[in-house]
Amino acid sequence: MIGLQIGKTVFRAPESERPEAPEEIILSTRNLSFWYGEKQALDGISMEIPVRQVTAIIGPSGCGKSTYLRCFNRMNELIPGSNLDGSVEYRGRDINDGRVDPVSIRRQIGMVFQKPNPFPKSIYDNIVFGAKVNGMSADMDELVETSLRKAALWDEVKNDLKQSGLALSGGQQQRLCIARALAVEPEVILMDEPCSALDPIATTRIEDLIRTLRETYTIVIVTHNMQQAARVSDKTAFFTVGESGGGELVEFDETHRLFTTPSDPRTEAYITGRFG
Amino acid sequence: MSEMIQAPRRGGVEALGDLTSRGPARKRRAIIERAIQAVLFACAAISILTTFGIVATLLGETIQFLRQVSIVEFLTGTRWTPLFASKHFGVLPLVNGTIAVAFVAMVVALPVGILTAIFLSEYAPTRFRSVLKPILEVLAGIPTVVYGYFALLFITPILREIFPQTGIFNVASAGIVMGFMILPMMASISEDALRAVPSGLREGAYALGATKYQTVTRVVVPGALSGILAAVILSISRAIGETMIVAIAAGLQPKMGFNLLQSMETMTAYIVQVSLGDTPQDTIEFQTIFAVGTLLFLMTFVMNVVSDWLVRRFREAYE
Repeated sequence: MIGLQIGKTVFRAPESERPEAPEEIILSTRNLSFWYGEKQALDGISMEIPVRQVTAIIGPSGCGKSTYLRCFNRMNELIPGSNLDGSVEYRGRDINDGRVDPVSIRRQIGMVFQKPNPFPKSIYDNIVFGAKVNGMSADMDELVETSLRKAALWDEVKNDLKQSGLALSGGQQQRLCIARALAVEPEVILMDEPCSALDPIATTRIEDLIRTLRETYTIVIVTHNMQQAARVSDKTAFFTVGESGGGELVEFDETHRLFTTPSDPRTEAYITGRFG
Repeated sequence: MSEMIQAPRRGGVEALGDLTSRGPARKRRAIIERAIQAVLFACAAISILTTFGIVATLLGETIQFLRQVSIVEFLTGTRWTPLFASKHFGVLPLVNGTIAVAFVAMVVALPVGILTAIFLSEYAPTRFRSVLKPILEVLAGIPTVVYGYFALLFITPILREIFPQTGIFNVASAGIVMGFMILPMMASISEDALRAVPSGLREGAYALGATKYQTVTRVVVPGALSGILAAVILSISRAIGETMIVAIAAGLQPKMGFNLLQSMETMTAYIVQVSLGDTPQDTIEFQTIFAVGTLLFLMTFVMNVVSDWLVRRFREAYE
């Protein structure tokens, strides 16, 4: 069934049917370049990400899409020898400003990783981890329930919150990681190929979840799977490897427009090449 | 159709004929193969046979010993005087001494070792790490007899300066130096355990707004706990079995108690004392060292098994 759907993806209502208010921008980069040591990973990327929408980033391997995503919560600075040029702004504020605390950035901008990475702790402790390290004084039981409900995992685990997060299936682990990210009440959720380690059914559930979450959160998702980008996102950015060896932004547009009438021949080549 | 199938088959048989070799060359190869296998087996068998031989000797002499001394007296008696006219065979003073030295060693090695491991694995810049690791390995390569003299001639005088009642031979100085000796092993195994924690877990913690310290203490160390525990047990096992330092610096008086500034005799030191002396074979005095040796072997064996189990359990968690 999943296979049959490929090729005739149904796009959501085009932008014209929505109110034509100017988009509120939550995240933006200006001329952002990035290096791992000598190797350039990003080359001058300028992009504006609208609030409470799903923005997908697609592109071939090595085009820097994950690197780009990780610039938004300063995860890249954990890698020794990495270097950044240009600016990354969150609600108009440069997050690489010396006075900005990366810890507070990461509380506002949560992240879900490619490989589900629950802590080797109970489901309950996984959820409250973020609240505890951030010194939040919430009712922890309530926090666990609401977070798990938001991540559509509550019904499956409510009877055994003390079991280890590692005992869950891959798809459940990934939803646990999403619940864990939601528990610190972020505004943005970055998703780095969240379904690449999951089977098709688990993938469908995560995609359903992403569509629900976009009501409340801004989601930026990196994906290898163009169908997935088409299914879940409002806007899509296409990256490719530029002449410098670093990733470049080729085209950024409404998802339906990018997939049906791309303006750049490289986008078209990539999309049609993959669609066959 | 059948012709087409048969044709290549016939060709195949001819080709196979070229591949089969008969005669002396083939026989020689087979003999060499078998000889190599036999030599390898013999080498493997040597270590197994040696182990069995040692265990058999230990048990044989221990059984001889237990025919004359009840196991209850041996394991619960608090006086150990097999070399005196009035003989008592309570092994507890030796166990007491062994545990006391191991305790002091662990008080030194445990915190310093784990903190060193955390530093090396989580905080040290690559360049610093590449310097510190070899230094730790040098520490591991120092002969224990050197440690023994270091305890007796360097640590003990310092202790006597601070606590004038300290004996020339004392538990504290032997234990402290033994702690330094164990430190590299403790740090190295703990570091391996910490590094085995997947980096995805660290990223997960950072992404939730955890500081580095919170990430280390709440995610990395708990994640490596069974590996660290294995390091602790192996270290204790090493401390219990260590001989030279205690023989030189801890003295030869089997005493019960907790006074670490006095001399105590450990199980290993007792075995050295009797082995080096002129105790005639086939006497009860001689058999005591086998009984003590068996007990020592059992203690370290159990600990190694437990640590092995912990390490295996730990590996299962992430792979």
